[in-house]
Amino acid sequence: MSYIIDRRENPKNKSAVNRQRFLDRYKKHIKKAVSDAIDTRSITDVGRGEEVTIAGDDISEPVFQHGSGGRRSVVRPGNKEFVAGDRIPRPPGGASGSGGEASDSGEGDDDFVFQLTQDEFLEFLFDDLELPNLTKRHLKGSSSFKYEHAGFTNDGVPAKLSVLRSLKQAKARRIALCGESRRRLSAAIEKLEEAEVEGDELGIFRLTDEIERLEKRIKRVPFLDTTDLRFKMHVKRPVPTSQAVMFCLMDVSGSMDQSIKDMAKRFYLLLYMFLKRHYEKTDIVFIRHHTVAKEVEEQEFFYSRETGGTVVSSALKLMDEIIEARYSPDDWNIYGAQASDGDNWNDDSPTCTKLLREKLLPVVQYFAYVEITKRSHQALWREYDQLSEEFPEAFAQRHIQKISDIFPVFHDLFHKKDEA
Amino acid sequence: MSKKAAKFLSDSSDWTFELIEKYDCEIGRIARAFGLDTYPNQIEIIRSDQMMDAYSSIGMPVGYNHWSFGKHFVDVERNYERGLMGLAYEIVINSNPCISYLMEENNMTMQALVIAHACYGHNSFFKGNYLFRTWTDASAIIDYLVFAKKYIRDSEERYGPQAVEEILDSSHALMNYGVDRYKRPYPISAEEEKRRQAERAEYVQRNLNTLWRTIPQSKQVDEDEETCFPSEPQENLLYFIEKNAPLLEPWQREIVRIVRKVAQYFYPQRQTQVMNEGWATFWHYTLLNQLYDEGLVDDGFMMEFLASHTAVLNQPSFDHPAYRGINPYALGFAMYSDLRRICEHPTDEDREWFPEIAGADWLEVLPNAMRDFKDESFIQQFLSPKVMRDLRLFGVVDDDTESDIEVSAIHDNDGYRRVRELLASQYNLGDQEPNIQVTRVELKGDRSLTLQHFQHQRRPLGATTDAVLKHMHRLWGFPVYLESVWQDEVVGSVCCPKEKTKEQAA
Repeated sequence: MSYIIDRRENPKNKSAVNRQRFLDRYKKHIKKAVSDAIDTRSITDVGRGEEVTIAGDDISEPVFQHGSGGRRSVVRPGNKEFVAGDRIPRPPGGASGSGGEASDSGEGDDDFVFQLTQDEFLEFLFDDLELPNLTKRHLKGSSSFKYEHAGFTNDGVPAKLSVLRSLKQAKARRIALCGESRRRLSAAIEKLEEAEVEGDELGIFRLTDEIERLEKRIKRVPFLDTTDLRFKMHVKRPVPTSQAVMFCLMDVSGSMDQSIKDMAKRFYLLLYMFLKRHYEKTDIVFIRHHTVAKEVEEQEFFYSRETGGTVVSSALKLMDEIIEARYSPDDWNIYGAQASDGDNWNDDSPTCTKLLREKLLPVVQYFAYVEITKRSHQALWREYDQLSEEFPEAFAQRHIQKISDIFPVFHDLFHKKDEA
Repeated sequence: MSKKAAKFLSDSSDWTFELIEKYDCEIGRIARAFGLDTYPNQIEIIRSDQMMDAYSSIGMPVGYNHWSFGKHFVDVERNYERGLMGLAYEIVINSNPCISYLMEENNMTMQALVIAHACYGHNSFFKGNYLFRTWTDASAIIDYLVFAKKYIRDSEERYGPQAVEEILDSSHALMNYGVDRYKRPYPISAEEEKRRQAERAEYVQRNLNTLWRTIPQSKQVDEDEETCFPSEPQENLLYFIEKNAPLLEPWQREIVRIVRKVAQYFYPQRQTQVMNEGWATFWHYTLLNQLYDEGLVDDGFMMEFLASHTAVLNQPSFDHPAYRGINPYALGFAMYSDLRRICEHPTDEDREWFPEIAGADWLEVLPNAMRDFKDESFIQQFLSPKVMRDLRLFGVVDDDTESDIEVSAIHDNDGYRRVRELLASQYNLGDQEPNIQVTRVELKGDRSLTLQHFQHQRRPLGATTDAVLKHMHRLWGFPVYLESVWQDEVVGSVCCPKEKTKEQAA
């Protein structure tokens, strides 16, 4: 007789541990594949998993085996025209010769290819990156609080009364105050019964009297007293705000062509995914500008065409207004990312610097400016140079020339600073 | 046949637990009628991802953790998801009760095929074959694997996963050299194992100290004895390391031992691939045909079964792009089927080649041909001229001192014996794996270990040798030399760590 067992409900992922060990072991290879992938990916699927290839040499599990050479005799199936004694020229491509058998011993030579899940991919992608200035903000962030349970206290408002604790307290008090009386009471009742049996009239009278007295005394102990009351205590604790808003600022003037916008979009996507992994809630605000700035939807941000001159300060001004209206710096971690080809109305650049210095940089966690251009730096870059010196913690600018620069630049902007 | 002839066991292709039970009952009945002796069966229904788990832990139902299993897993997972590979229909564990996995995705026909193949075919092989009987203890293996998993997890907690991984890596590299090829092992049980483990650790450490004592001894008498240690070449490298490596901690020895025990457990499977698969295939074919003859399954069932059956038995010829060597299912099935034919319908040729079995009772001949052989001897004994003709087998000699490859023998009167011999030696693990043994340990000097590779047919070692030697060096802790020997002459030498090449003392 056989036992038939349904194992389908057994937990999944029995191999998860081994898989993780494998990933840990080949971290270096995988990371390289991941950062290569991010350069070649099309924009929409940056967040997908990735196929990783590891060279066979690095991953093989070596065992002793025969090499080629010597004298080897093998039996093969499917003879068609050979007879004993036939001599066949050795086929080119190694002395191991006639195909087949090589696959038994040679499989270690192939590259090892496998698929990362999306989560694993992002894990490796952002592995040694971190959000700058996070700790600083924690200490400073003074106006966001959470009440946390912190034990019990003797007084408080009725709304915070802990019924359970209070009753526990009352019970203990009652036991302490009338334990002795109760013991005497039960002794008296026992004696009374005995006296009744014996017919001791005097005893009965005395005992009934005592019982009455004891019962009264017990009754006088209140069921619940004010000293019993216990209240839940809460303390106010500052919490790091766990929501972030990201401002994407992009120049859409005539000089920005589609390929530049593509690169900008990749950069924004990386930033977005990165923030999403750090914050429970991530808002994103798209601001496009030429001579005037406008808050738009994602689709419009990346794809609609416009032309015209360039006034960068208009976008910064709008960002400031939106922060004031909707995203209080006390509640939100604010990130700004500006992408542009560096063109700006000449008189406008000092205005931008001023806006950033006075209004934006004091409230944002981090503001990154990427200039996407193949030409030399423009006026805006030179203006911003001063800012990087003034706000080394909160402001950074980088230069992107081609698609493959994006991830390194991103990596550079958010690289974990050494603890030293 | 009888009245129940019109009564099919099932009329749709979906399986249910009742149906599986019914099929198992019928197939079991027929199997017993044919005299198959099996362990009790434990049939487990699993999902495909569970099958992949089972796959990647090389068929161990309880596996310790190691990255290489993760590597196999991602490989299997990827191939499966891309449709490059179907999962095996079944995995069967050599244990008592014999555990077989059935995948829920399969339909009733496939489940019946797997039940016949695994639960009665493989199962009876495990119980009957002499290698399995001597080398593995079916009732203890699961317990032992549980012990191993726990021991390795505890070691990881105590000494760190990194340290454990290093020992496992190195032991895995030498896994094929962790078996006793000729000696007989004691059957082990998990409880016994646990009890003996502490004892052993202490004993080995104590013994080692005698071996590696550095304080000069008063007597100089046993000098001769010491200088040639081990007294005889040792083929079981892992065993030698477990007992004699100077620097290993007791827990490291235990891990080496675990890998060695697992290798030992799988050794019979590697030695009986053709027989085991051939036997199981022969029986699923015979059992399901009997079901059909009794009218328990319909034509549709048989058509589907035969389609899978023939797919499994496909043997592309040597020049076909899909050729991957000889298909053990095809060879094994052909040989067992032909043995039955020789018994039932012998020809003159059969009477000449197999006088003692031609015309005998196949129900006695086949079980014998399963019990007392391994692939090598099975082929040497039973490969018939007809099978060689059917598979059109031919032998090729590739000698690197000659410019051409020579066809040494084909499936004709002059060649049968030669082809049979060649094919048998092709399944001799001793010839297929380089023959490497421990020959010398420098007890007095640099404590180096010398291995010798006794070349077979002048075949040199492959490109992985250096890598494996590094693992050997990690376990031994002192220099390791590997010399290649051909006709009593040392023809090459490598060493790890790579410094100077060793000057022979003599």
